[in-house]
Amino acid sequence: MKKFTDCDGLAVPLDRSNVDTDAIIPKQFLKSIKRSGFGQNLFDEWRFLDTGEPGKENLHRKLNPDFVLNFPRYQGARILVTRDNFGCGSSREHAPWALQDYGFEVIIAPSFADIFFNNCFKIGLLPIVLDSKVVEKLIAQIQATEGYRLAINLEAQTVTTPTKECYHFDVDSFRKHCLINGLDEIGLTLQHTDKIKLFEQKRQSEQPWLFI
Amino acid sequence: MKTLYDKLWEAHVVHAESDKPDSTVLLYIDRHLVHEVTSPQAFEGLKLAGRKPWRTRSILAVADHNVPTTNRKNGISDPTSQLQIETLDQNCDELGITEFKMNDLRQGIVHVIGPEQGATLPGMTVVCGDSHTSTHGAFACLAFGIGTSEVEHVLATQCLVAKKSKSMQVLVEGVLGKGVTAKDIALNIIGKIGTAGGTGYAIEFAGNAIRSLSMEGRMTLCNMAIEAGARAGMIAVDDTTIDYIKGRPFAPKGQMWESAVNYWRTLKSDEGAVFDCVVTVNAAEISPQVTWGTSPEMVTSIEGSVPDPESIFDLSKRNDVESALKYMGIKPNTPIQAIYLDKIFIGSCTNSRIEDLREAASILKGKRIADNIKLAIVVPGSGLVKSQAEQEGLDQIFRAAGFEWREPGCSMCLAMNDDKLLPGERCASTSNRNFEGRQGPGGRTHLVSPAMAAAAAVAGHFVDVRLIH
Ligand code: SF4
Repeated sequence: MKKFTDCDGLAVPLDRSNVDTDAIIPKQFLKSIKRSGFGQNLFDEWRFLDTGEPGKENLHRKLNPDFVLNFPRYQGARILVTRDNFGCGSSREHAPWALQDYGFEVIIAPSFADIFFNNCFKIGLLPIVLDSKVVEKLIAQIQATEGYRLAINLEAQTVTTPTKECYHFDVDSFRKHCLINGLDEIGLTLQHTDKIKLFEQKRQSEQPWLFI
Repeated sequence: MKTLYDKLWEAHVVHAESDKPDSTVLLYIDRHLVHEVTSPQAFEGLKLAGRKPWRTRSILAVADHNVPTTNRKNGISDPTSQLQIETLDQNCDELGITEFKMNDLRQGIVHVIGPEQGATLPGMTVVCGDSHTSTHGAFACLAFGIGTSEVEHVLATQCLVAKKSKSMQVLVEGVLGKGVTAKDIALNIIGKIGTAGGTGYAIEFAGNAIRSLSMEGRMTLCNMAIEAGARAGMIAVDDTTIDYIKGRPFAPKGQMWESAVNYWRTLKSDEGAVFDCVVTVNAAEISPQVTWGTSPEMVTSIEGSVPDPESIFDLSKRNDVESALKYMGIKPNTPIQAIYLDKIFIGSCTNSRIEDLREAASILKGKRIADNIKLAIVVPGSGLVKSQAEQEGLDQIFRAAGFEWREPGCSMCLAMNDDKLLPGERCASTSNRNFEGRQGPGGRTHLVSPAMAAAAAVAGHFVDVRLIH
């Protein structure tokens, strides 16, 4: 997994709640058997005016000038600030892959859908939950200030604004440890191989029907 | 005093980081269901790391999302879909994983075939790279969707790194009205608690209305738990559960069956067990439901109307409703019954089982779809559901009514194959998501029960199925 170092980057507001994984990466792009290359079709139906198909070159497609990610001032953004229940819908990890591939390192929202939230940590994309009032304020400030940047410090668990307002966020200690060190979770789990085997043997003797 | 969720959780903890109730644990996985869309990168990762599946026999694989629902003999016309399915076939063949290939009679939607085969058994942890894995909770399983990295993790270790959720009990008491189904209960609950209402929770559905549901109905309900934001939905074991499983190919037999049943009977919440949150619903008050917007919580009853954004005080809510109505092409205050349709889709892991098809067929018998309906399709959940329906003559009823009778798969639930809406087209769908573009770019989806979809097909617009019943 990619190591998460601190992030100091341009922020972009996506002022909608319930942004679902179908919107983040439409299903026609899920046919790829690769893990990379999804960024060019992130939010495809919102970013482009025509319908995207796998293999279609973005160069020749018409951008939707009204979609926030297309505003010149937000080019190169690394932090997405959005509303409640971000990432709801399917379990597709293609959604976090697409966000990361596009260049995002941090997503800030008042709440996330469970599976999406989980998936982000597996690839080194950091989802941060902040109070909805704080998110409200951040969105307003980003919209009002060109070049608005946020500094994220994972070690200290803080988000700092350009005017040095500092917000604390919670993160599970195990996940934090994995992110900071870029640890391979499978490798970590396999350190418990003996325990897993023991558990399995016991289970098989107690509930043999699970093993037929 | 333990909840069903407590029992399922505790029975699968291999290792806990600490004694705290919210400790990160290694959770053992009994059944791993695999499909073609979320697995290729996991198999590749496994191979690159030089690892092998931990327990091949725990895995059951099937291609469902991409498969065509017509002319299967001609193969798959879309080369990218074909490559994805071939990749699954290859991975399964290479590793010795049981897979129902596209032309196998047992092929179908992953959440239909697991229970149908008896591969989903009470007390199991069931995972799949698909959010609607919650379906299997109908069998008192702890079942939930996972991402591709986790698919690889389960392949390699038979475990997941997990943290316990909070518990919610949804109590549905009372008798459902005639023509009102599990789908209506699900949509009603989501309308009540919202699509994020269940976030952070595992939901147990209980109450006498739930006990009266068939296994098909229970699966529909647990299937939609994810649309309420919950990680998992589950229902305690009773005779209905046990009767359904008996004699299925993967189910235990003989002496083993007896001991299994004895254990399964313990899979219910203890009297007096405490939940973090309880929601109660009166079944008798539920009318047939229809969604009008672009999120399953944007739902009302068949007697209702579409809301008026002007009357919504909360600004961000008002924006959501406004943009949903704009996308859906519906004016504020429109009565649901005045919404006319272009297409009808009966299928998906929510509503494509035999009972669903029987329900729809009972409405369609001797009738024809309205002239304004351009296409109406039935996509059975599996090859076995399809052949059962054919034995009962349901296919004839559907065909005579003007429906197309298709091959099993996900089809227009997510439109990864050729079955999709064209921009602006409006569809009554028995699936589970009405997100923008879900059934095809620019397509407009209204979620309903199979009976309501059938009634709408005949009328050309939404009607109250209770008046037909
Ligand atoms: S039928 Fe729809 S919801 Fe169910 S698994 Fe297939 S795509 Fe997902």
